[in-house]
Amino acid sequence: MRPALNFRTIVTVVLIAALVLLPLYTGLSGNRFLLTLFTRIVIMALAAVSLNLMLGYGGMMSFGHAAYLGIGGYAVGILAHEGVLNGFVQWPVALAASALFALVIGALSLRTRGVYFIMITLAFAQMTYYTFAGLARYGGDDGLTIYKRSQFVAPIDLSNKTQFYYICLALLFGAIYLVWRLTNSRFGMAIQGARSNDIRMRAIGFPTYRYRLVCFVIAGTLCGLAGALLANQNDFVSPSIMYWTRSGDLIIMVVLGGMATPFGPVIGAVALLVLEEALSGITEYWQIILGPLLLLVVLFARGGIDGLLARADSKVRS
Amino acid sequence: MSGPAILQVENLAKRFGGIVATDDLSLEIAAGELHAVIGPNGAGKTTLIAQLSGQLTPDSGRIHFSGADITTLPMYRRSRLGLARSFQITSLFLDLSVLDNVALAVQAHAGHSFRFWRDARREPALRDPARAVLVRAGLSERADQPASALSHGEHRQLELAMALASAPRMLLLDEPMAGLGPEESSAMVTMLRALKGKVTILLVEHDMEAVFALADRITVLVYGRVIASGTPDDIRANAAVREAYLGESEGAHV
Ligand SMILES: Nc1ncnc2c1ncn2[C@@H]1O[C@H](COP(=O)(O)OP(=O)(O)OP(=O)(O)O)[C@@H](O)[C@H]1O
Ligand SMILES: [Mg+2]
Repeated sequence: MRPALNFRTIVTVVLIAALVLLPLYTGLSGNRFLLTLFTRIVIMALAAVSLNLMLGYGGMMSFGHAAYLGIGGYAVGILAHEGVLNGFVQWPVALAASALFALVIGALSLRTRGVYFIMITLAFAQMTYYTFAGLARYGGDDGLTIYKRSQFVAPIDLSNKTQFYYICLALLFGAIYLVWRLTNSRFGMAIQGARSNDIRMRAIGFPTYRYRLVCFVIAGTLCGLAGALLANQNDFVSPSIMYWTRSGDLIIMVVLGGMATPFGPVIGAVALLVLEEALSGITEYWQIILGPLLLLVVLFARGGIDGLLARADSKVRS
Repeated sequence: MSGPAILQVENLAKRFGGIVATDDLSLEIAAGELHAVIGPNGAGKTTLIAQLSGQLTPDSGRIHFSGADITTLPMYRRSRLGLARSFQITSLFLDLSVLDNVALAVQAHAGHSFRFWRDARREPALRDPARAVLVRAGLSERADQPASALSHGEHRQLELAMALASAPRMLLLDEPMAGLGPEESSAMVTMLRALKGKVTILLVEHDMEAVFALADRITVLVYGRVIASGTPDDIRANAAVREAYLGESEGAHV
């Protein structure tokens, strides 16, 4: 049996504790900026968790995952612009629109494999980007200001920063639990089998396309939720939310943290965005430092940071 | 051994560019028989299995399995009808455990997999039959190892175990003994002999000793074409076969 105390568990527990206790610290120190930064990190972690479901567990290398951030974000933004502020309308619409969008993109792109799949998901995301950039009514290139955050019933108030942070965090933990259950279910076994060996899966009787497609839709929907949160957090939504570099960031978070691990994408999101923030404070050439650093992790730490911790544990034990 | 045919192949043809891999091939396999298909390298044996299992679509011809025309049926549907295959080049889920590999094959035939919540690794309905198959395949000690940790011989056993896990009506086995040592080979022969009669088997194999020991009937392929088909005695006596395929050296110990 594994010892209960190991690096991996410690890091995970410390990270969870830090995320839960953060508003206490920012409240005491008055550091509002840190709370804003970490709200964004938590939301991006949610998006990374959704990508991990299809990329890590399902083996589907989507290079257009940020499109669903955009769909979810614009669903909230457009409805708010049209005077529909009720969150019980906005959020379900954001989820439904993302799901529908993922269903169409997935149905088409999952007929291809490998590089073609990467390119076609990228192409769809860029098409979506240019479509929203062309919507003059909703701000086009410049984006859309959201004057009022999604309205829910009495005690819930998204303009309260601490409350909003905890709502995002609760949704993140909920998503991690959801993905964890999904990936251990029969459905999860089916998508991991398809990642591992698609021909064999079909030979033993699985219509793999269907399972991949459903996985694609669940991942897209979950990312749409992150988009709805991000729009509320920024009080603003613009096409840049779904630019291809944003999809690239999500992939980096998943790979950096550790693919196909429940908590890896959160570690990856925190590591990438904190590093980005810290380095950009030191020098304007921060990308020159960040790039090689990421390369090192990918080259020398297969399995990402989570894999690194797991290996450190097995070294200690032996 | 001439019950009703479970598999009927009529005038099957498949080309790869200029290569004729399957050439107007017709074949009938009776329910319950062990039917060996032999032939030199490149004769089109794997291509035949690929068409029977649905991995490849034939250019022309028809395939019937227990009365139904399955020529255009996708691979997973054929598996659900009870037509299982093993692969010449081992094809497993290397990053999953040995038990997971077999349990997936069980799961494929236990209703749809749009079940999102319950822990599949704790479902007795999947794990128990999978463990039973591993016992039969002599792999029960390795159940919790990742499939990548097994030896080549064990990979071949697992390859067969996965085909068996769905309780198929017919097995298409593509060189189950490829690369096995003498002891592992004889263990595989014992396993196949135990299966014989319980399930219809199409066996592609280069190991002539095994083929002649196990087969009820043998079909000989050369350049995608059937040059002979009959009982082991017929084949042994067939001049065309001796000349085209068995040769003097191999024919000697047959
Ligand atoms: N996907 C493919 N594309 C092109 N040619 C192919 C393809 N698959 C098989 N062939 C060719 O078809 C012929 C039959 O190949 P096949 O693999 O069916 O032979 P085999 O009888 O299984 O041989 P072996 O005993 O070596 O396994 C060979 O000439 C082979 O090169
Ligand atoms: Mg072959």
